[in-house]
Amino acid sequence: MLRNDRWWLQPLATVLGLLAFVAYGTWTAFRGNHYFVGYPRDYLSPFYSPCLVNSCGKAADFGHLGGIGTVSPALVILIFPMGFRLTCYYYRKAYYRSFWASPPACAVADAGSTSPSGLRSHYSGETRFPLVLQNAHRYFWYFAVLFACILTWDAVEAFRFPGGIGMGLGTLFFVINAALIWIYTLGCHACRHICGGSAKRFSRSRVRYRFWRDVFTPLNHHHQLFAWMSLIFIAWTDLYVYLVSTGAVHDPRFF
Amino acid sequence: MPEEREIVMKLWRGDAGGGAFETYKLPAQEGEVVLDVVHRIQATKAPDLAVRWNCKAGKCGSCSAEINGRPRLMCMTRMSSLPIGEITVSPMRGFPIMRDLVTDVSYNFEVAKQIPSFTPAPKPPGGYRMSQVDIDRGQEFHKCIECFLCQNVCHVIRDHEDNKRVYAGPRFFVRLAELEMHPLDTLDRRAYISEAMGIGLCNITKCCTEVCPEDIHITDNAIIPLKERVVDARYDPVAWLGRKLLGRPAPLSAVQAARYTGAASSAARSPSARAVPASPETASSTGLPAD
Amino acid sequence: MSDQETHHYDVVVIGAGGAGLRAAIESLTTGARTALVCKSLLGKAHTVMAEGGVAAAMGNVWPEDNWKVHFRDTMRGGKMLNNWRMAQLHAQEAPERVYELEEWGALFDRTPDGRILQRDFGGHRFARLAHVGDRTGLELIRTLQQRAVGLGIDVFMECKIVRLLVDRDGATNGAVGFWRESGRFVTFAAKAIVLATGGVGKTWQFTSNSWESTGDGHALALWAGADLIDMECVQFHPTGMVWPPSARGLLVTEGVRGDGGVLKNIDGERFMFNYISPYFAAETADTIAEADKWYTNKADYRRPPELLPRDEVARAINTEVKSGRGSPHGGVFLDIASRRPAEEIRRRLPSMYHQFKQLADVDITTDAMEVGPTCHYIMGGVRVEADTAATTVPGLFAAGEVAGGMHGANRLGGNSLSDLLVFGRRAGLAAAQYALSHPAVAPTESAVVSVTEHALSFFAHDSGENPYALHQDLQETMQSLVGIIRVESELVEAREKLAELAERASKLSVEGNRSFNPGWHLALDLESMLACAFCTTLGAIERRESRGGHTRDDYPTPDPAFETINMVTRLSGGEVAVTHLPRPAMPAELAELFEESK
Repeated sequence: MLRNDRWWLQPLATVLGLLAFVAYGTWTAFRGNHYFVGYPRDYLSPFYSPCLVNSCGKAADFGHLGGIGTVSPALVILIFPMGFRLTCYYYRKAYYRSFWASPPACAVADAGSTSPSGLRSHYSGETRFPLVLQNAHRYFWYFAVLFACILTWDAVEAFRFPGGIGMGLGTLFFVINAALIWIYTLGCHACRHICGGSAKRFSRSRVRYRFWRDVFTPLNHHHQLFAWMSLIFIAWTDLYVYLVSTGAVHDPRFF
Repeated sequence: MPEEREIVMKLWRGDAGGGAFETYKLPAQEGEVVLDVVHRIQATKAPDLAVRWNCKAGKCGSCSAEINGRPRLMCMTRMSSLPIGEITVSPMRGFPIMRDLVTDVSYNFEVAKQIPSFTPAPKPPGGYRMSQVDIDRGQEFHKCIECFLCQNVCHVIRDHEDNKRVYAGPRFFVRLAELEMHPLDTLDRRAYISEAMGIGLCNITKCCTEVCPEDIHITDNAIIPLKERVVDARYDPVAWLGRKLLGRPAPLSAVQAARYTGAASSAARSPSARAVPASPETASSTGLPAD
Repeated sequence: MSDQETHHYDVVVIGAGGAGLRAAIESLTTGARTALVCKSLLGKAHTVMAEGGVAAAMGNVWPEDNWKVHFRDTMRGGKMLNNWRMAQLHAQEAPERVYELEEWGALFDRTPDGRILQRDFGGHRFARLAHVGDRTGLELIRTLQQRAVGLGIDVFMECKIVRLLVDRDGATNGAVGFWRESGRFVTFAAKAIVLATGGVGKTWQFTSNSWESTGDGHALALWAGADLIDMECVQFHPTGMVWPPSARGLLVTEGVRGDGGVLKNIDGERFMFNYISPYFAAETADTIAEADKWYTNKADYRRPPELLPRDEVARAINTEVKSGRGSPHGGVFLDIASRRPAEEIRRRLPSMYHQFKQLADVDITTDAMEVGPTCHYIMGGVRVEADTAATTVPGLFAAGEVAGGMHGANRLGGNSLSDLLVFGRRAGLAAAQYALSHPAVAPTESAVVSVTEHALSFFAHDSGENPYALHQDLQETMQSLVGIIRVESELVEAREKLAELAERASKLSVEGNRSFNPGWHLALDLESMLACAFCTTLGAIERRESRGGHTRDDYPTPDPAFETINMVTRLSGGEVAVTHLPRPAMPAELAELFEESK
């Protein structure tokens, strides 16, 4: 291996970043409390939205799934955003490189392979179970659109204050969070294909072409950036709700 | 760069049987690229140093190598852009060595024969019409200079030699994407791309895009759209249902698509290129001085 | 020869650039067993470096355009030295050849109504060049390559042909070469051979040409007994890079000027207005105001002098630099930054943007480029019959840059790619028909052995004569004595120096073994380069006039007596001799085209 630059920096940073999120996410998802500030604010943590179990109480804007009462509301729904991100083309690159070391960096040998003839001969990429399931990314994308709508609803709800419309610092975070989710979701490669790129002749699908050129492609170009920004902001918004809910932080009201 | 600076360049010398790095020292000159230095070494110190090059302008894609371990074109890597100190230049690791910096890239030409050819719709009276927006995507792919750096860096074959039998590699995914997005093309290669070209082996880790000297967005614009097209044809029940309801034709099978390849047309002919394989005993069999 | 490998074909095409590929495709589809032999990997030939476009009078942008206008432009650009029949076939067939590429998958830039867009270029009356940004050659070669591969053609890559074989009657019956990889010899027994080996640029020091352009085909033809014509007509492209030193000579496409770029000297003056020759005065703008209006209104205004034919512009730049009005690195400024928006420059000229950014650290959207003349193309070449591309040796055909006559004394930009297609096809067709109507051939063992023994002789020499040093001396000789401006005394000096170099070349010693040995390859290439350099120098001495790419300081004007003469060089008794050959006369209906305009 002849690369003498610090090629290991990026995979290392990715590992640390993703592990930090997983650790935080596990803690918050299993916690099952302080995810909702019911009064005098209507803030519902994005980890817990939509809140669908009996214990959700006033946070359940979209009704209850009967019978489930004891489990943390986050665990019921997190499979969808998690699946979307796990099968996302960017995150796949990130974890294949940093966790699988396949490859750890360009022109750096895969873990387990040390010679040009390839000691590790069982590399099968995404052709076998379970990785063949990565092909289901677009289904998660359909749900991701639904979730983006729900988080948008939560951002609207965050303007609800006793006695009418208001705005707190938390409201701002909810708006930014929803915006980032939309930007990430609309920059998805599957979206770019389904909603535009699959056309053979753009001149015969002008509307799709416009969206493909002016929306999906520019967003897709920065998919990595938005993947991280939205990831960090979800955690931050959740943390903020927790801190306000526990009373550790006072949420300033703008108007 | 001050005139008196000295360049220390380590070049890999050897053949299929083995070899080692040799160090060359020579004075730096203004505005040089790595290939210039290699040429000066060839002209003054090592006349039999094997290096493949043609245009020296980044247009032909012949002088691919690994500079300080990074796959690059020697003619487009300025010496002043490299960190100070020893510079190593080694042949592409993804292909068998012929001699010194020259590798046997025939794998790529074999794959090229297996690509189902462009198959246009019949020409309408007055000729074909295509809008610029119809061909923008294809034109990006047509920038490819076939330097094969993407093929070299792709770990699927670089680190797992046996995959070469079942995997086309990034260069040919670009080619297939160009055909699939060509406004005049009528052939459906999706099953073929999945089965014969092995697109499922790609785990989109994007090194091909990183090394592309033409800045083609290989992963985002070619490979992933191809993967999505394969999903359309093979993994998406909604698309399947849509085809049934709208009466659209089912995707061609891989076997059907294979009929459109150059490999199929030349099957009855004598084997083409590279009738003589790399042979370490060449030198001795000619009775010439071996070194 | 224990390692002797022999292949039998109807047609062997030597060279896999545009002309070779097109010839091979035609030969194969005509039904001949065809092999394509090339010195580099498939798809790397010098054609990839063509930037501007393919000239073809399709009339997509200017319906007024037609083959007659194109024919007239070509002849006038060539200073009337062209083979009229070739120029006519070329102008008539080019559009068909371009549309054919589209059928094979090429993606040319489009007009708003979806047809092939055409751009302006020097010497062309109308916007005529079908193009793909500034990488048209790449599109062309890749399209042809993929077509050939799709047809299942047999390709012999990295195989250099050393000599053609000729039977007792003087007809060609094969070729001997070697695999560069192993150094093993390979014999082709072929009924017909098509030469498509390109040019000779590597004979000069500053050249836009790639490694391969060593005049192999010219030399192979000469040695096989064919005639070469007008080898003194060498084109120096006006705009090559001049800095940094290692990039010197790299081409800057004429498309920069076609798209609005202008040439300026150190004083910021658009000096081309001072160099409008009377020959082109009637169709060239004489004020900046008129020139600038032409880009958008070609019907009412005359073209800017920056778009005069290449020989005129190259001489003008040469004079400016010699008069001390050049740029810091000995060129002039080519400015498009101040004339077009950055976005448009990047879109229209992406590889120029790339090339300057990466090699010279110059951003052409904000700064001017420094450019100067660079050896680009040889108009002269193997004498061929216009309709069949047949040379004077039976069974031997030639197409593309290696063939002479099509471009006269100066080639217009864009006419090379169309030349490749038109005559590549004609050569392939004629060669296949020739082969299918002739019996099998069998080169003699002794003929093969004499070639291989000669090729191996370099390993036995111990003169210490280094091929790289010799190549450098040859380039310096040609650059300084047979360059853009020539004079008898220097040409005679060059002839003597070349004789000395040839003597040294015969004693070159090569280190190492036969496996991929560039020193050995260069020693063999040098034989070709020296043969071509000799022909060019002899022709240049003999043509006592200035015409197109051939400029004599001691005979500064064209001489009507030479307009009707092709300068033929051929082997006679082992020596290269030069003779005058009357040029075929143009029929009256074509000659009329030129009278109307005067």
